[in-house]
Amino acid sequence: MHIYGVQYFQNIEPPATSVGLTEMTSNTEKNNLGKKNKLPISKQSNKALLEYLKTMLTIRRFEEKAGQLYGMGIIGGFCHLYIGQEAVVTGIQAALKPGDTVITGYRCHGHMLAAGSPPKNVMAELTGKIDGVSSGKGGSMHMFIKGKFYGGHGIVGAQVPLGTGLAFANKYKKSNNVSITYFGDGAANQGQVFESFNMAALWKLPIVYVIENNQYAMGTSISRSTAIEELYSRGAAFGIPGKQVDGMDVIEVYKAAKKAVQNCRLGKGPILLELMTYRFRGHSMSDPAKYRTKEEVSKMRHERDPIEHIKTIILKNKILSEDKFKQLDKETREIISDAADFAQSSSEPLLSTLTSDVIID
Amino acid sequence: MPELTVREALRDAMAEEMRLDQDVCLIGEEVAEYQGAYKVSQGLLEEFGELRVVDTPITEAGFTGLGVGAAMGGLKPIVEFMTFNFAMQSIDHIINSAAKTLYMSGGLIPVPIVFRGPNGAASRVGAQHSQCFASWYSHIPGLKVISPWSASDAKGLLKAAIRDPNPVIFLENELLYGESFEVPEGENEIVPIGKGKIVKSGSDVTITAFSIMVGKALDAAEIVSKDGINVEVIDLRSIRPLDIETIISSVKKTNRLISIEEGWPTSGIGAEIAALTIKHAFDYLDAPIERITGLDIPLPYAENLERAALPQVSNITDSIRNICQH
Ligand SMILES: Cc1ncc(C[n+]2csc(CCOP(=O)(O)OP(=O)(O)O)c2C)c(N)n1
Ligand SMILES: [Mg+2]
Repeated sequence: MHIYGVQYFQNIEPPATSVGLTEMTSNTEKNNLGKKNKLPISKQSNKALLEYLKTMLTIRRFEEKAGQLYGMGIIGGFCHLYIGQEAVVTGIQAALKPGDTVITGYRCHGHMLAAGSPPKNVMAELTGKIDGVSSGKGGSMHMFIKGKFYGGHGIVGAQVPLGTGLAFANKYKKSNNVSITYFGDGAANQGQVFESFNMAALWKLPIVYVIENNQYAMGTSISRSTAIEELYSRGAAFGIPGKQVDGMDVIEVYKAAKKAVQNCRLGKGPILLELMTYRFRGHSMSDPAKYRTKEEVSKMRHERDPIEHIKTIILKNKILSEDKFKQLDKETREIISDAADFAQSSSEPLLSTLTSDVIID
Repeated sequence: MPELTVREALRDAMAEEMRLDQDVCLIGEEVAEYQGAYKVSQGLLEEFGELRVVDTPITEAGFTGLGVGAAMGGLKPIVEFMTFNFAMQSIDHIINSAAKTLYMSGGLIPVPIVFRGPNGAASRVGAQHSQCFASWYSHIPGLKVISPWSASDAKGLLKAAIRDPNPVIFLENELLYGESFEVPEGENEIVPIGKGKIVKSGSDVTITAFSIMVGKALDAAEIVSKDGINVEVIDLRSIRPLDIETIISSVKKTNRLISIEEGWPTSGIGAEIAALTIKHAFDYLDAPIERITGLDIPLPYAENLERAALPQVSNITDSIRNICQH
């Protein structure tokens, strides 16, 4: 176990804080989720911290609204909420530059918002309307931003070779851009993940594999599905450095992402990050989530809410006053409420578009 | 006109398109150093280098997904399957990732990619290595499916497939690789996708075929011509889109139709052609449509059994004589 990532940590700047090789490789704690909010150790600008907060609040309020609209029957089909995991996509996205590509599975609303898609068009996709980002043809699980975000995929694990291909294209075009490929703890057991690891390591592709370990794949806890639970070690057989990161702490996420992305840009090949996180809601809207106790969920909500975490830091450092925070939250709710109105009043897709976009003539 | 083997024609098509477009690359097992498991990619590594001609591990799901992702990211990959039998491991990416993404993204994300390799029975390689996938892929909206017979069509259609902005399935045939045909010279000899070709015109019965069965149909036509039966043979070339207009106008002339394919009968290409012909030319048919197909069994190994399981010239001549009695 001690060799994972040796090279990675030797070749990159020495670990800034206690998050180093030893901690990473000897991390025998089940996960990092028992921690309390820490005081900031980061030198990040107040502006950056505020941006994190805004993005995370936007995702949270968006998802709460999506949940409501689903309950009212305005959103149909499958709908997988990202509540609880906001710090992951926010911290990672902050480490990217233009031209970097992102891909994930079906739990993609947060990824779209973090990548800059307007909430009203994402919401209009959920309601299946003409103004949706995929013109109403994709739905909650299939959303894209050309040149930036490549979906939005419904087959568990399929995004992993696809993201590896995006990295292949980046390398082919000598673009110095990185592919961020997200997948879940459940997806981590798909064979094609390992096929991808092998090719990415073999060809030193610029890709960061980000496992969003929210502890469950639908109703199956990681301990019921996975022989070795340290998912960050899964690249070891391919020489891919891995690191476990507290996915509830956006600053930690950002720092790990920054380093990983830098490593890729230097042409050193893939990196695997395992982000320890938790979804506060069911797998999808139809999931009563009986496979975990109320106590477990409420403990996570109260002790490890990623938004409370960044909020505490921001308030303690007087970046915002309590009043200003409330103001920000209110504005965010208004934006989301407008997005919901927009998504409901937008018209249905024209029937004449039913058979377009199947084939390019 | 110079003669080329199908193998050379395919290689020339790839080389010409790779010279014209930097974004075209070839990936697959043994395509680079080994020059192709069936030597189709001879010389490509030497000319284009290892960035553009890439040997992959034996990892079909992985490299197919990687190719599709690279296409989303702006490349125009040609993914070679050692044979299409192995593409069953990656059919999820061909269908769910390649064929559906343009639609699911409301037109935002095209997937310009070619999947090519030998399809169908070869010579006594047993059930797992001998299957025709034409009807499988032709079922899928968002894909184009091509299966050429002659070297000139192989070249012109592969060039068209590489230039096509959609995912294209390009079904070759191992037994045809070494056959020679006349091929016109020139980089712009493109054959349009979606057009069948009347390779022999006739007046008594229409035969549709694709890939290796075109040659068998022509042999059968030659034999029955001695009995005064004049057969029209259509090389479908493209399975999806299917050139139903050419079939219908031929049937309106001959009033009889035989469809040949090497694949299994159930829900096959012949079933599709029969349904469309009945819809569009019902009143013109003088006889029930005949389907000649592979037998509805996994392909056996023994020489005599294999021969009995696949359409032979004698099956076709029997069928022609039979249908012409109506
Ligand atoms: C190949 C495949 N098998 C099964 C499913 C059904 N399915 C959808 S999500 C899911 C659980 C995946 O869990 P995980 O990868 O941990 O991601 P999370 O939902 O936790 O974000 C399953 C089994 C699917 N979509 N694709
Ligand atoms: Mg999970």
